Amino acid sequence: MLGKLSWAAIPLDQPIPLFAAALVGAALFAVLAWVTLMGWLPYLWREWITSVDHKRIGIMYVLLAMVMLLRGFTDAIMMRSQQALAFRSEGYLPPDHYDQIFSAHGTLMIFFVAMPFVIGLMNFVMPLQLGIRDVAFPTLNSVSFWLTATGALLVNISLVVGEFARTGWLPYPPLSELTYSPGVGVDYYLWALQISGVGTLLTGINFVTTVLKIHAPGMTYMRMPMFCWTTLASNLLIVAAFPILTATLAMLLLDRYLGFHFFSNEAGGNVMMFMNLIWAWGHPEVYILILPAFGIFSEVISTFSRKPLFGYRSMVMATMAICLLAFTVWLHHFFTMGAGADVNAIFGIASMIIAVPTGVKVFNWLFTMYGGRIVYSTAILWSMGFMVTFVIGGMTGVLLAVPPADFLLHNSLFLVAHFHNVIIAGVLFGAFAGYNYWFPKAFGFRLHEGLGKASFWCWIIGFYVAFMPLYVLGLMGMTRRMQHYDVAAWHPWLLIAAGGAAIILLGIILQIAQLAVSIRHREALRDTTGDPWDGRSLEWATASPPPAFNFAVLPRVEGEDAYWRIKQRARQRAGLAEEPAYTAIEMPRNSPTGFICAFFATFMGFALIWHIWWMVAVAALGAYATFVVFAWRDRVEYMIPADVVARIDRANRSARSEALARMQVAS
Amino acid sequence: MSAFDAAAGAGPSWDRQPTAGHAAGGLVSKRIIVGYGFWIFLLSDIIMFSAFFATYAVLAGATAGGPGGRELFDLHNVAIETACLLLSSFTCGIASIGARARRGSWFYGAMAATLILGAGFLFLEVREFAGLVARGAGPTRSAFLSAFFTLVGCHGLHVTAGLLWLLTMMAQVFAKGYRADILRRILCFGLFWHTLDIIWVALFTVVYLMGAGQ
Repeated sequence: MLGKLSWAAIPLDQPIPLFAAALVGAALFAVLAWVTLMGWLPYLWREWITSVDHKRIGIMYVLLAMVMLLRGFTDAIMMRSQQALAFRSEGYLPPDHYDQIFSAHGTLMIFFVAMPFVIGLMNFVMPLQLGIRDVAFPTLNSVSFWLTATGALLVNISLVVGEFARTGWLPYPPLSELTYSPGVGVDYYLWALQISGVGTLLTGINFVTTVLKIHAPGMTYMRMPMFCWTTLASNLLIVAAFPILTATLAMLLLDRYLGFHFFSNEAGGNVMMFMNLIWAWGHPEVYILILPAFGIFSEVISTFSRKPLFGYRSMVMATMAICLLAFTVWLHHFFTMGAGADVNAIFGIASMIIAVPTGVKVFNWLFTMYGGRIVYSTAILWSMGFMVTFVIGGMTGVLLAVPPADFLLHNSLFLVAHFHNVIIAGVLFGAFAGYNYWFPKAFGFRLHEGLGKASFWCWIIGFYVAFMPLYVLGLMGMTRRMQHYDVAAWHPWLLIAAGGAAIILLGIILQIAQLAVSIRHREALRDTTGDPWDGRSLEWATASPPPAFNFAVLPRVEGEDAYWRIKQRARQRAGLAEEPAYTAIEMPRNSPTGFICAFFATFMGFALIWHIWWMVAVAALGAYATFVVFAWRDRVEYMIPADVVARIDRANRSARSEALARMQVAS
Repeated sequence: MSAFDAAAGAGPSWDRQPTAGHAAGGLVSKRIIVGYGFWIFLLSDIIMFSAFFATYAVLAGATAGGPGGRELFDLHNVAIETACLLLSSFTCGIASIGARARRGSWFYGAMAATLILGAGFLFLEVREFAGLVARGAGPTRSAFLSAFFTLVGCHGLHVTAGLLWLLTMMAQVFAKGYRADILRRILCFGLFWHTLDIIWVALFTVVYLMGAGQ
């Protein structure tokens, strides 16, 4: 009846996961109870869960990422403390549990923190920057989000029901084959990623179509803000790379479930083919994450330097060059495979070449700041911290791209330090810059600057203290994923690294405090005009938070930095452009399709993991029925009457007029 | 009145109907956006197939002492399968034209023909698979056979999903008529069905012709 599932799946003998699960469960229950008691459930259902508004979906993505960041960071703290303690001792985490923790840490941080964070920001910002009212397929967007949430839920269920993979964040065979991983851990990993991978692919299709096909009048490709270009590049990579992940994981699933021989050691299976396939997705994935961050830095640096982005065209070229080159370097993840000097040399050189467009970008940001009147906001601090730190990570990457050096450093902590150096200082700093930069647009009030800056300094100092020792340890020969060790020379460095993690923890606490304090003092931090930073692109041309329809009348774009031009004209003529003729606006109706579809996907994934076949069939039928019901809808859109549009827009126009008048008086 | 209702009775102008609403700002028609997005999906699907093709190419020789393509493939059967699928693309094209012209008899007739040809293809494929398994040449026998069953089976699953979609579209036209959004879905279905043909041509060549010739 319940397949492999029984009471034995609950780890009653292991206090740590049980305690963690109880904590998460209690928190979840508390939130649910609170929401229900306050009577907010209908509101949440109507306005958020069933929402197809790209802004709300974007906010939910970012929220998911932040919650998962806490979970992933808890894993990080446990690993650092284990290694700090496990010198000539067992530490406090048994090997079996430690292996699950580093696997869960990597899986969560890449798939359920970094991905949803950048996708959330793209979701929120890109349509606003293009001057349009929504993405190409709004309901599909909601499906994407909820499928991603399903994946995150499955990974977290594994905490208490069964186990998680012990194979690292990429399940290399033969370890991940049934012979060596007979439990459900790898199955949790595989189904969570297959389901959320579908969501990511749909996002890619949706966003590529949006950026290439839907623009405000006059928004030609070469007038798009840099963030839209990096969104395009990132989503092209999603469309081209995620199907490879789906195929690869499907093959591993067939090996595990039906006894196929793709990656097994017998009957002609080829283990190294898994490495090739997974990195043919995995390396583009690196750029899927970092390119949107590059876009965020471009926007932030240009806004707070009070200058247009230096070398816009070269930036576009560099972005698209990275987009192409991302597919030519995958083999550098396993130079030690033994493909031969010639193959390794080609991929080594390709890996060094891809650093060139990235270098172009760094110089462009530097020249944007050069001669600018820089405003040292929290967002630009993250960007400047990124530039310094990311360059170090980039250079250790180029070092690893040299095959002979890689033979020595492969799978050492030097590698761990390198990819944390680029992912934390690149993707995560970018996400935090974007969070501070666009928060007022999303919620109508700014985040507290002082706490934001304090958190930045904790993060960047904590980063250096935590990860520079790992470079040293790597050079000293310490390999990754060690549960204990007995080399005395490593111990002090691991103690320092644990201290670094504690400083980062302080940074996270300050971020939570920043959010709490900002909400409490939101009236003082209110953004009345919709343009708190004197921004340059179109998202600042509408109110904060923007109305459901984003723009009462689609803006007419006449060049780069579209909103800057509109403001220049308003300053010259000492008044806003004339009030437009308002018309009724048609918007897509909300739909529970995404949520219900994910509901069935959760059961389907869980049933597949535990071999509960009848539940698989029921859930598949349910998902199909959901789509048919959706397809049978007669009313898919609703009208916002012209007078409502006019009232909302006039309020914002009067706030902007007052701000303009104040500025005229001041100058 | 939504864009759909406005388009529903308007004769052949439906494909040029610009959206008044959220998506395009009146610049690009909804049909272009939907078709374009679906093309991107199909490209991603082709990339997934290319991963399976690459795997098959790597493992084609890994028979682990078991049977290879020369012993297993029956080109006669494959020729009939190919004929079914190519003909079904033709009937699918007729169904699209029938829907566009709002000629029920042509639309339903051609869709039914597509359904029969697709089901015939699937029947032949399942029979081939069952025969192989019965001969001890199932997917667990060797890496070559794992790759063969996965690549060909993935295409077969697509055809199965396509048939389910086809039936859903017939039911939808029956229930709702030739509404603009339904016509867009028929457009996407047609693109999907023709893409399966393109993949079959590659599959037929790489797997069966090259495999039987070895």
